[in-house]
Amino acid sequence: MSLTAPPMQADPPPIDPLISPPAPGVQAEPVEIPEFEIRAHRGWVAIDFKELLHYRELLYFLTWRDVKVRYKQTVLGVAWAVLQPVMNVIIQTVIFGTVAGFASKLPAELKVRHIPYSLFNYAGILPWMLFAVGVSAGGLSLMNQQNLLTKVYFPRLFVPTSVIGAALVDMMVSFAVFFTLMGCYRVAPPWTVVFIPLLVLLTALAAVGIAYLLSSLTVTYRDFRFLLPFMVSTWQFISPVGYPLDPHRQWIRWLLRLNPMYGIINGYRSALLHQNWDFPGLALSVVEVAGLLLFGMYYFKKTERRFADIA
Amino acid sequence: MSAAITIDGIGKCYQLGLRAEKYLTLRDTIMSVIKAPFQRLAGLAGKGPEEGQFWALKDVSFDVQRGEVMGIIGRNGAGKSTLLKILSRITEPTEGNAKLKGRVASLLEVGTGFHPELTGRENVYLNGAILGMRKAEIDRKFDEIVAFAETEQFLDTPVKRYSSGMYVRLAFAVAAHLEPEILIVDEVLSVGDVEFQKKCLGRIQQVAQGDGRTVLFVSHNMGSVQNLCDRAVYLRNGAVAEIGNADSVVETYLNSTVSAEEKDLLQRPRFPGLVATLAGFSMTPPQGRERVLSGGEATFEFQLDVKEPVKNACLGFMFNSDKGYRVLGLNSRLELRGVTLNPGKRLVRCKVDSLPLKPGRYIMDIEIRSNAKPYDYVEHAMAVDIEFDDFYRTGEMLWNYEGSILHRATWEF
Repeated sequence: MSLTAPPMQADPPPIDPLISPPAPGVQAEPVEIPEFEIRAHRGWVAIDFKELLHYRELLYFLTWRDVKVRYKQTVLGVAWAVLQPVMNVIIQTVIFGTVAGFASKLPAELKVRHIPYSLFNYAGILPWMLFAVGVSAGGLSLMNQQNLLTKVYFPRLFVPTSVIGAALVDMMVSFAVFFTLMGCYRVAPPWTVVFIPLLVLLTALAAVGIAYLLSSLTVTYRDFRFLLPFMVSTWQFISPVGYPLDPHRQWIRWLLRLNPMYGIINGYRSALLHQNWDFPGLALSVVEVAGLLLFGMYYFKKTERRFADIA
Repeated sequence: MSAAITIDGIGKCYQLGLRAEKYLTLRDTIMSVIKAPFQRLAGLAGKGPEEGQFWALKDVSFDVQRGEVMGIIGRNGAGKSTLLKILSRITEPTEGNAKLKGRVASLLEVGTGFHPELTGRENVYLNGAILGMRKAEIDRKFDEIVAFAETEQFLDTPVKRYSSGMYVRLAFAVAAHLEPEILIVDEVLSVGDVEFQKKCLGRIQQVAQGDGRTVLFVSHNMGSVQNLCDRAVYLRNGAVAEIGNADSVVETYLNSTVSAEEKDLLQRPRFPGLVATLAGFSMTPPQGRERVLSGGEATFEFQLDVKEPVKNACLGFMFNSDKGYRVLGLNSRLELRGVTLNPGKRLVRCKVDSLPLKPGRYIMDIEIRSNAKPYDYVEHAMAVDIEFDDFYRTGEMLWNYEGSILHRATWEF
């Protein structure tokens, strides 16, 4: 039994004056009150674009976070955004351009204009780096953000999207270096450079589509974590990043065109460096990217409701 | 008064990992080795057989009126957090539906989305956006948030250099400035120092009183449930056990913690597949006595049912007062390292020479833990009574405000 001294009875004082019961008559001003229903969904859930619009600032903040955090606690900081493509170009120029001799196999229209291999290579690295981030970082993004998935609601599509957003910021830096390099070589871009924003958009959509698909697959099947690096390196081999791919046999050309990055990379070289346009290849890329994006979104939305339970 | 939240027959079923089947013949063994990856595939895709199902919530229905502060109480594993996750739209219910009127903000964890590399200032914006605030709104409330958190001078320091107290204060300050119509709060107030907890409780009260906002509040602290909430729901094994006036629901909960039918600890609901399970518990007084006395000797015995060897095992038991406050915890981890529990029925004994607890009824939580394997945790396993003894040998009485722990000291005047 617990003994209590009557005069000194000292239970802890209540934390604050207790709340008075809420006045039942209090009515919020007649503003529009959103109302929604929670229930189990089956099959595909349509994308709620109104909601995406409502949360658009969050996409900005998530992207901003990825950009900010990327180069924290590095000695060189943002310089890495410059150094990464530059180092890639140097290595590939030495290996593919000089050692493997691809420098002498540039398309004729580029040779005529004395366009150096390094610029040719750089124009391929620009879209490739954006795409590779989509496959590798985008694919892991949901898995790396488990704590967000299980603790708060927001449109999950933003998680992989923000990764691509941050990669786009790096791409801007990369473009600045590219144009500086063009200036150094005294190479002027053709007027078609105005199409670059459209090509960037196409690349970003390809990366986003892949990121949607792979990130939702990785949440469920962690096997993809180990597959992703292989995918990226294999994909780079079949894409004309480091070397000009212009096979004479038509059927090989069509086979290569099936890779959406084939048309995209060649598009960059046409827009930036006078390479002849490969319109059928580019058109095929557009169709494929659209398909990839739709399928990525479809699979993402289909599996989205499971993320919090299995992440 | 209109309902802000209407919950109708909500149920949530989780698929658990498949249990290994018993291999009968070599052919079966080979076949199951071949089938295993496909079964795992089906299991991962959520198509496992029904035996691996676990209903965390079943047929839960209740309404929360606008402007009401509703408490949700229950033991660990009763489904409180699952319910909050469903209402926060983090996970979908398996069946049933719920209607919510108004913008919802949920606070299931303090500092969700805080990034250690970012500064305090940056994290306020990031966290605010994640919780659903607009940038303009954060701009407007920024000074208020920082003042509430009392971390002005560290605003431009990365939060990884913050003390845990500062971190929690800043994180809660952001959440406290949300202005949703419906606020869903999980046990987040259990972190942080007492002063700050009071401040947060005050803030929640303010939010509720403000203009009829609705608050859904999960806590193990019965005191704050009684202080804050108008009504409460008591969840037991995934179902509503009682709903009503907060004081009476809390009373039911505390009284029911050790009900007769649950004396057999093996019968307690658990996640299947535990490697070691607590089967029984007893507290015995020293030889020659009938009761455990305050400040006296006691022996605690735990019967364990061990299925696989558990390396680095430890066993802990905690005393909770009848008001729901944790008073004392003992854990073998603190005194004995590298213990291995071998399969079979095991008996663990713990002798305490002087149990420094005031007389009264205590409710025990017991846990078995190891580094990696699933461990058992039985909340409110059993109630024990500690009888009065003249611990200080002076005949003086013990007063309630002198706390729960007894300790002798040498005095000089």
